[in-house]
Amino acid sequence: MEISDKEFFAPGHRACAGCGATIGVRLALKVLGENTVAISATGCLEVISTPYPETAWEIPWMHVAFENAAAVASGVEAALKSQGKTDTTVVVFGGDGGTADIGLQALSGAMERGHNLIYICYDNEAYMNTGIQRSGATPYGASTTTSPHGKESFGEDKPKKNMPMIMAAHGVPYVATASISYPEDFMKKVKKAAEVEGPAYIHLQQPCTTGWGYNPAKTIELGRLAVETGSWILYEIEEGEFKVTYRPIQRRAVNEYLNAQKRFKHLTDLEKERIQSHVDAICIELKI
Amino acid sequence: MVSVGAAVKEPGSTRKNKTGSWRTFKPILDKEKCIECENCIMFCPEGCINKDYDIDYDYCKGCGICEEECPVKAIKMERE
Amino acid sequence: MVLKVMSANQAIAEAVRLANPNVIPVYPITPQTTISEYLAKFVADGDIKAEYIRVESEHSAISACLGASGTGVRVFTATSSQGLALMHEIIFAAAGLRAPIVMADANRALSAPLSIWNDQQDSISERDSGWMQIYAENGQEALDSILISYRVSEDKKVLLPSMVCIDGFILTHTVEPVDVPGKEDVDKFLPLYKPEHAYLDPKRPMSIGTFTDPNYYMEARHDMEVALEGAKEVIAKANTEFAEIFGRKYDFVEKYKSDDADIILVAMGSICSSIKDVVDELRDKGEKIGLVRVRVFRPFPTDEIYEAIKGASKIGVLDKNVSFSIGGVLHNEIKAKMDVDAYGFIVGLGGRDIKPEHIKEIIEKTKNPTKHSQWIGLNKEDL
Ligand SMILES: Cc1ncc(C[n+]2csc(CCOP(=O)(O)OP(=O)(O)O)c2C)c(N)n1
Ligand code: SF4
Ligand code: SF4
Ligand code: SF4
Ligand SMILES: [Mg+2]
Repeated sequence: MEISDKEFFAPGHRACAGCGATIGVRLALKVLGENTVAISATGCLEVISTPYPETAWEIPWMHVAFENAAAVASGVEAALKSQGKTDTTVVVFGGDGGTADIGLQALSGAMERGHNLIYICYDNEAYMNTGIQRSGATPYGASTTTSPHGKESFGEDKPKKNMPMIMAAHGVPYVATASISYPEDFMKKVKKAAEVEGPAYIHLQQPCTTGWGYNPAKTIELGRLAVETGSWILYEIEEGEFKVTYRPIQRRAVNEYLNAQKRFKHLTDLEKERIQSHVDAICIELKI
Repeated sequence: MVSVGAAVKEPGSTRKNKTGSWRTFKPILDKEKCIECENCIMFCPEGCINKDYDIDYDYCKGCGICEEECPVKAIKMERE
Repeated sequence: MVLKVMSANQAIAEAVRLANPNVIPVYPITPQTTISEYLAKFVADGDIKAEYIRVESEHSAISACLGASGTGVRVFTATSSQGLALMHEIIFAAAGLRAPIVMADANRALSAPLSIWNDQQDSISERDSGWMQIYAENGQEALDSILISYRVSEDKKVLLPSMVCIDGFILTHTVEPVDVPGKEDVDKFLPLYKPEHAYLDPKRPMSIGTFTDPNYYMEARHDMEVALEGAKEVIAKANTEFAEIFGRKYDFVEKYKSDDADIILVAMGSICSSIKDVVDELRDKGEKIGLVRVRVFRPFPTDEIYEAIKGASKIGVLDKNVSFSIGGVLHNEIKAKMDVDAYGFIVGLGGRDIKPEHIKEIIEKTKNPTKHSQWIGLNKEDL
């Protein structure tokens, strides 16, 4: 695959040391190249990348609000089309909150209308920018500042919202999950997303040192553990065709993933077993 | 004076902000040991390792991902 | 000149056809809906070369406008009431990002209780956003105001969005003869929009919508204040050129028999037509009554209003809106900015009919004031 040596997301940005979100953006932009317009939703990525009068973006970039990135991108795409600039790629980077919660309506509208754009949800599984509050994408059992564990609580009591399948239900030509820890897989998917005519959605898992509670050096390792334990599955849905794109050779115990993070530290063995059997059920169905 | 609409017309201008000062541990890359797998380049959140495997210490925040992801232990974190 | 009989909504659609925006994201809501429909038909028939985006909400309509405007093209949307309220967050962002969006608002009451009928609470509630606001009296003025708004909004010295407000049903659904100008004249008046301040172009990457700390935010907002004040000069020039090309002269305020008036009413929008009839009637009886119609509400034309009303002994200000516990907004703004003896009257909320008797009652109460602000036209049992 042709990827650029150039960096389209400059250093000097204000992300925490070891931030997984910026790795995702760097990799995606290396595939998409300079003829790309990026739109961000409010969230970590937007805040850390454009502290006025500076910007980390080497390509045109726009941010308006938290919940409307897909709608802004719809306007950008339509406007470029109206000027005959159809060779310019429009890519959105929305956090899991900006995507699965507050921005879901705007995203649904944009997907259904068929705009030719790529929507990448960078999923760190909580509202990190505002201090680790739970989102619809927060996994079962995670302790966040609005789903804290306590005497009466084991943390988040709902399973993670299945965003990629919600997107697939829109019948868009390309939907995929990805992880920053599997860059070839992710970048291949970005490439496909760029080549497909119409909307494409990529749900990118991105470990967050601050929100998940682990040593920043372990960002890639955490993403890997998620996939190797079957907690996060890499697949794509091309024109309705579902395909797992990566299968761990030997699925590892979910505990390895859970125990590496502070947000799951409070879980009892029983709760961890419950999570393991949930993961098993999905993996068995998918032959992982 | 603020630009109209607070637009920034200098792409990549966060480079003015040398985040190297955040670092407490410094990655040292041993080119002799390096097998050029590019993991460190790929995974650096700052994009501050170039294709000649030079680390730009102006921006390296010392996260330690490169050391962690080097398959041949060619990178060592050293206290500043 | 070819006069065609049409509603103000159709007149606005005709203006949009003539201004030819590249992108039209729009969402239906009574009484704006027919604007969306006329525009959809224009696009379907190839009369406008534009991308018409059937967005899933007004929030997305204005967001898509902002995205499209960000690439440097002309855009248009229209809404009303709940739709405008839903846009609120992005209305402020549009002004802050200095996007020269032009929007029509079919003035309608805000819920609750739910009402589809006219008042001006919706647009008045956006007065602090940094948008320009024009309140039209009729379909012709609605059409002309759209063209003038593009011209002013897109001016380098201004770069702020514009809202053209037309009273729901009273204007949106009432037909009258309108002169639809020729495309050539419009092109003369309204050159192509060429953005310089900010645009999304891979050949010259810019970041739009950045994050400011306390060192910058206040200057950015102050710049908006300066731009909105500066817009007055640009509006004046646009009005003059508009008159030269199209023969219709607009101003910040319209003075109707007010020069020698002892009692002056001040109001905005279609109600002014009814007030003019009452003024005529009372003038025939020898009463020195006049009307000052505020056409441009933002930027607020303090000097023009003051010049027009300062000669009167008493002034009655009609507001189709209320800021609860303080009264009508136009009344309060006039009181805040000018040393005049002005009394406020809240009228016509949620489509309440404003009859000539009401206007006469207001005149009487202005002559013999008992309260600074009062509601006119309430059902008797509620008084
Ligand atoms: C309408 C609105 N509500 C709330 C906020 C506050 N807010 C800003 S970012 C954010 C959370 C973002 O979470 P996510 O989308 O997951 O992105 P992350 O910060 O994790 O990268 C919230 C709640 C806002 N800016 N706008
Ligand atoms: S909180 Fe997490 S996602 Fe946000 S900048 Fe820090 S590491 Fe990145
Ligand atoms: S320590 Fe982190 S920031 Fe520094 S070069 Fe290695 S990966 Fe990049
Ligand atoms: S990760 Fe190690 S082996 Fe691979 S390129 Fe970097 S220094 Fe060389
Ligand atoms: Mg998040």
